[in-house]
This record gives sequence, C-alpha cells and structure tokens, in this order.
Amino acid sequence: MKSKKLLLAGAFVAALFTGGIIYAADHIDAPAVTSKSTDITDMYVFRGADANNLVFVANTQGLLAPGSTAAAKFDANTLIQFNIDTNGDGVEDFVIQGLYDGSSKMNVYGPVKPTITGLKSKAEGSVTASVAVTPYGSAATMATGTNGIKVFAGPRDDPFFFDLNAYHAVLAGTPAFNNPGSDAFAGTNVLAFVVEVPKALFGTVAAGKINVWLTTKTKI
Amino acid sequence: MKNIKLFCALLIGGVVTFSACKDKGGNEPGATVYYQQADGFGRPAINTVFNNTADKDAFNTTAIPAMSAGFSAKFKAKLLALNPGYTTNLLGLDATTFSGVLATDVLTVTLSNTTPTTFFDGTNVLTGRNLSDDVIDVELTLIFGGPMGTANAGLTSDHVNANDKAFLTTFPYEATPW
Repeated sequence: MKSKKLLLAGAFVAALFTGGIIYAADHIDAPAVTSKSTDITDMYVFRGADANNLVFVANTQGLLAPGSTAAAKFDANTLIQFNIDTNGDGVEDFVIQGLYDGSSKMNVYGPVKPTITGLKSKAEGSVTASVAVTPYGSAATMATGTNGIKVFAGPRDDPFFFDLNAYHAVLAGTPAFNNPGSDAFAGTNVLAFVVEVPKALFGTVAAGKINVWLTTKTKI
Repeated sequence: MKNIKLFCALLIGGVVTFSACKDKGGNEPGATVYYQQADGFGRPAINTVFNNTADKDAFNTTAIPAMSAGFSAKFKAKLLALNPGYTTNLLGLDATTFSGVLATDVLTVTLSNTTPTTFFDGTNVLTGRNLSDDVIDVELTLIFGGPMGTANAGLTSDHVNANDKAFLTTFPYEATPW
C-alpha cells in the first residue's frame, strides 16, 4: 500500500501543477475507476512462443506493493473482455471474456462471436477454459481450454516501465528527462489475466490484421 | 395420474424456487446477467495524456465507432498544447491526422507468422505490443520528435528502457510478482 499511496500522492501533486494531467499507461486514468477492480492498467497483444498463437494480456488493479498483493482479488462483478475487430468497423467480431467465480477460479468464454456488442455485454456461449487463480507466492497455475487456448489469472510483476515523476517535472517546466531515468513502476504488481489463442480461431481475416481493445464491465 | 401429479408438483416447486432465486438478485437459471462498460483501453497512455480530467470517464465509456467524432478535436488541442511547435512526426502525420488516429483507441495487431508484433521496432509500426516494448519513448518521439524524430531531444526518451524484471519466454510471459 505504501507504494500505491506514494504514487497516488505523486499523481495528485502532478495534477496540481499540470492542470489535471495524470500520466501512466492507464493506471488510475480516470476518476470513476481509480482504485477499483475495473481499473485497467495495460493491455498487450503479441505473437506467442508458438507463432501460430497470439497472446492477450490484461493487467488490472495496478500499483500493488508486494505487501498488499496477497489481499488483491479479482471481482465476480467485473467482466474482463478482449474485443477483437476483424474488419475495421470498430465493432467487436470476437470476444474473449474472463469472469471470476467469486471464490477461486477464472472462467473464460470465447473466442466467440458476441450476441451483443458495444458498451453492454453478457457472458457469451459456454465456458471454454477454467483456471484456478494463482495465489500470491505460488507457482503459476495454467489451464488449457477445449478450443486449445491457454489461460492464467493471478498477480504478476507490472511490466510497464516509465519515469512518471520526471514526466510530471517536465510538465511543470523542467526542460528534459533525467538520464538515466527512474522507473516509477519498479517493484509493483498487477492482477493479470493472460490468454494465448490459436490465430485459427479467428477464421480467415482478409486484412491480415485485427484491432483489439480491452474493456472492463460492471454487473448491472 | 401419479406421474402427472408428481410432474405438476415439481413444476410448481420449480416455479417457486425460480421466484425465490429472482428475489435474491437474479441468479436463477436462464437469467441473463449484463455488464456495463467501466474502463476501456487500446493503446497505452492515451486517456491519461490526451484527455482533460473532465473527459476521462467519458473516454473510457465511449464505444469505439464514436471515439473519433467525440475526441479528435480535443486530442489535437492537447497535442498542440504539449508541443506548440508540432508540424508532423516520424510517421509523417500532421496534427489533425495524428489526433484522429489516436482518438480511436484500438491496438492493431498483425496475424502474420513472420512480421513481428511490436509497437514500433524501427521498421514495423503498430503491429501489436510486446511486454518489452518501450512504448513511452515511442509516444514521446511521436509527440515531441518532429518529422525526423530528432527534435526536442531532451523530451523524446524518459531513459527507462526496460522493465525491472526479465520476462518469461513461455506462457504466461509476465514475470513473477515482487
């Protein structure tokens, strides 16, 4: 908690000096999600060790100091959803969803064509994989789905790196970044949801590329 | 008859159970639970850099097709406030075009098995995002670096070039927590 408080304090100080600019990847990016289970810190999508697969990484609830990581939990009322647009129209053609069961498991739905799109969602189709959330301090538990996907859910090191404090200083008038810089996210953790997906599950995509965005949605 | 009575009793019992569950909060079998968007994310740092506080929640809860109309002009104003001397950037995008690209907050990812996935590796641009990609330097360069990426040299890198833990080469790729 100490690191989190320090970072939050830094952000507020920065807000005072910069007219409200708070800068990170997406950590505490907006008032309505700050310090909530819906707060996305980052999304990564990259080719897997097997080039036939893509890896989708959703990091949430960032700035966890080691001492507060064991207590951090996924939320059964928060749907974590990767949105995949295969034709560039900004509407998701596939979704991959993670929904915590409230006790120990992350249930995964998809990749599947959603029956509703946009700001409102529901769990789509049936569970394709289920993985026990890895407790803090334990070796990573992984599971493989019926469709060949691999899944993980649990605390990991925050992979984001950035000299946040120097950026605040720049916004306040300092003419340049420090060299070397100092990673403000060093030593902090996130709650990660990672899915590795065979590209073939997206079918034939004429453009040869997809647009991806990550959303968190709250039960209504 | 006995079977029919039993069936009816089960049916009635089922209905009662159904109602009881509904009263507890809608967990009855078959009920559809909906979820409403709270946060959204395509490319790193977009909301935090380009939106003023008043717009941050709205940005997170705007559907992708509405983002360009809603935020392009505001992003352009912010870009020119951050870098009043902005002309074009390393991608050759003028302020209007660059702002328009950024406002639609999605990450483009190649499905190729040969083209690398990367935010920017000097050759490939926005074909994905690796854990190791120095996205901040890329974004600082595109905002401050001018058409050659060499302007405002003190502002185009934060000089933090890598994570504080090594990533894994196999699933789940992210490093163990601290």
